[in-house]
Amino acid sequence: MTNNLIPTLGVVTDIRVDTPDIKTFRVEKIGGGKCFEHEPGQCAMLSIPGVGEAMFSITSSPTVTDHQEFSIKKCGCLTSWLHLMEPGQQITIRGPYGKPFPVDTELKGKDLLFIAGGVGLAPLHSVINYCLAKRENYGKIDVVYGSRSKDDLLTIDEIQNEWMKPENDLSVHLTIDRAQEGWDGHVGFVPNYVTELGFDPNKTVLVCGPPIMIKFVLQALDGLGFKKDQIYTTLELRMKCGIGKCGRCNIGDKYVCKDGPVFRFDQLDELPNEY
Amino acid sequence: MKKISMNALDALFAKIASTMKLYAPIEKAGQADFYEWSAGEKVRLDVLKTVKSAKDVFFPQVEDLIKFRVEGKSIELNEAPKCEDDFVVFGVRGCDARSFELLDRVFLVDPRDEFYAARRKHGIIVTLACGEPEESCFCTNFGIDPANPCGDASAWIVGDELYIEPRTERGAKLFAELEDADAAPVESAKKEISAIAEKLPFANLDFTGLDGEHLMEKFDDPAWERLSKACLGCGTCTFVCPTCQCYDIRDFDTGHGVTRYRCWDSCMYSDFTLMAAENSRHTQLQRYRQRFMHKLVYFPSNNDGLYSCVGCGRCVAKCPQNLNIVKVIKALGGKKA
Ligand SMILES: Cc1cc2nc3c(=O)[nH]c(=O)nc-3n(C[C@H](O)[C@H](O)[C@H](O)COP(=O)(O)OP(=O)(O)OC[C@H]3O[C@@H](n4cnc5c(N)ncnc54)[C@H](O)[C@@H]3O)c2cc1C
Ligand code: SF4
Ligand code: SF4
Ligand code: FES
Repeated sequence: MTNNLIPTLGVVTDIRVDTPDIKTFRVEKIGGGKCFEHEPGQCAMLSIPGVGEAMFSITSSPTVTDHQEFSIKKCGCLTSWLHLMEPGQQITIRGPYGKPFPVDTELKGKDLLFIAGGVGLAPLHSVINYCLAKRENYGKIDVVYGSRSKDDLLTIDEIQNEWMKPENDLSVHLTIDRAQEGWDGHVGFVPNYVTELGFDPNKTVLVCGPPIMIKFVLQALDGLGFKKDQIYTTLELRMKCGIGKCGRCNIGDKYVCKDGPVFRFDQLDELPNEY
Repeated sequence: MKKISMNALDALFAKIASTMKLYAPIEKAGQADFYEWSAGEKVRLDVLKTVKSAKDVFFPQVEDLIKFRVEGKSIELNEAPKCEDDFVVFGVRGCDARSFELLDRVFLVDPRDEFYAARRKHGIIVTLACGEPEESCFCTNFGIDPANPCGDASAWIVGDELYIEPRTERGAKLFAELEDADAAPVESAKKEISAIAEKLPFANLDFTGLDGEHLMEKFDDPAWERLSKACLGCGTCTFVCPTCQCYDIRDFDTGHGVTRYRCWDSCMYSDFTLMAAENSRHTQLQRYRQRFMHKLVYFPSNNDGLYSCVGCGRCVAKCPQNLNIVKVIKALGGKKA
């Protein structure tokens, strides 16, 4: 891209309904193929002219060669519009933005523990699929994923039919907030479930979800003996430019769009708590 | 050194404007700001501080980025044209001239802002020494010399003459036809200006401890409560500031398509960081602190210790509540963190 504020055109080729308020959109270049290459954890600015532009995690793994996916929660002007789209709709896209999870460096060779709540699975989704595609590079992998109800669990088909395949050697621990008919799995909040499961504190943790969940997950992990420099998360602040210039996502001497959105908790300790 | 009679300036402006755009401090509706010059405009070289700074010329308050046409499911996208021709900004004061170098550190670092970069490439800057620095000025704290500003050429008003010292090839070309002059009157003018600048009330602020480090100590300083108490969140200080760079990107439906434009924004506004679930800076204290922490701690931390302030004093003069960066420097500086 020669001008970073100028997007390219993409086309939505497939739409999947995940939950009552989350849909996953497949985006390709006009004529086919990915709009650009990305790394796990990076984001892109999607827009409909006249409606708005906003930042979204790229949920597909970089190892997917012909398209990119975005899991989007309906919550306002642009996201409602996106939810009304039909396949064939053109959108504008620019990116990739932000620093990725260090999948090929700090995370390599480690036992990984993914903890997600609600749409917080979106940024981790790409990392999990990347790790599965390069399974030999990682040790044990655990995923703890929770949401309000069983209908709010994102990509549940993929979780049950793909991730849980024995050859993937991946342990998935699902939970929902309140008991519900037709659900015989675990019931309870994610942080408590993490404590119950009692993970070995030699793991490297990637946690994403609502701020309140993250706060209690941190306490739970601390209780299990995890250190802050073993735990990664992504921050979500209001963004406009995506390239560290409009000032909107500035906290301390960092720009979340450029220096993040992936941070380690020991790094966050050195920044003002304005997120 | 060149010189021209002040009376002949209009003719000089007309000559420059016949080949390229010329911006200068021009009075409109009783207030001077940088506008494009045309015959008959009232140029106010005597006004020390335009209300808005000269940054408008390189980073306009409103600027188009893209034009879209939407038809059915299809989108047509046309990037807005970028500056392609040389232009002149005349009468930029030393503080505003330095602000361009600070904005460069934001807009020209990778990934570069191409709209800004094109203007910087084509802009020829003619600065003007500050005959009489005012009480609110404190540029000398940042190593800016109001008596000897930089740029492609620098000018001094001495009596009825304007003296011009070209400093680059582009500057020299602009004034090649003016008569040569003896530099002595300018040397004595410089001395007079320096004598005034030295005695200004804020000439010697103490920045000890404001070194881009000790970020959290400065952030947690109890003084913020007192400093920010009266702030209205009006954003005046950010809009007049030559180094404030925050912007918004918005779409406007023109009836014939959609124009995406950017416009200045302010970290002092409550909706700047508003999100669905919460606002990461929900009090005016937090927003006030953000503006000044950015200028005095965060920016230096990323830019070799340089402050994002040029001491122009505009926020000192314009804040309706008499709050300003000098009070912040006095409260936070002068002590080891
Ligand atoms: C790095 C990053 C990654 C993200 N990834 C995803 C993702 O994978 N999936 C997803 O569904 N969402 C994601 N988001 C959030 C998404 O950007 C917002 O939901 C979106 O901006 C809302 O746009 P809107 O036009 O629908 O809402 P608007 O109509 O603009 O506003 C609706 C409400 O949302 C608030 N809002 C505006 N911007 C944001 C924001 N950035 N975050 C939260 N609230 C906001 C508004 O203040 C308002 O209260 C991400 C945000 C960031 C910064
Ligand atoms: S500091 Fe003054 S000028 Fe700036 S927002 Fe507050 S009241 Fe307005
Ligand atoms: S902070 Fe105030 S004094 Fe400093 S450059 Fe901005 S307007 Fe001028
Ligand atoms: S979104 Fe503009 S600075 Fe981060």
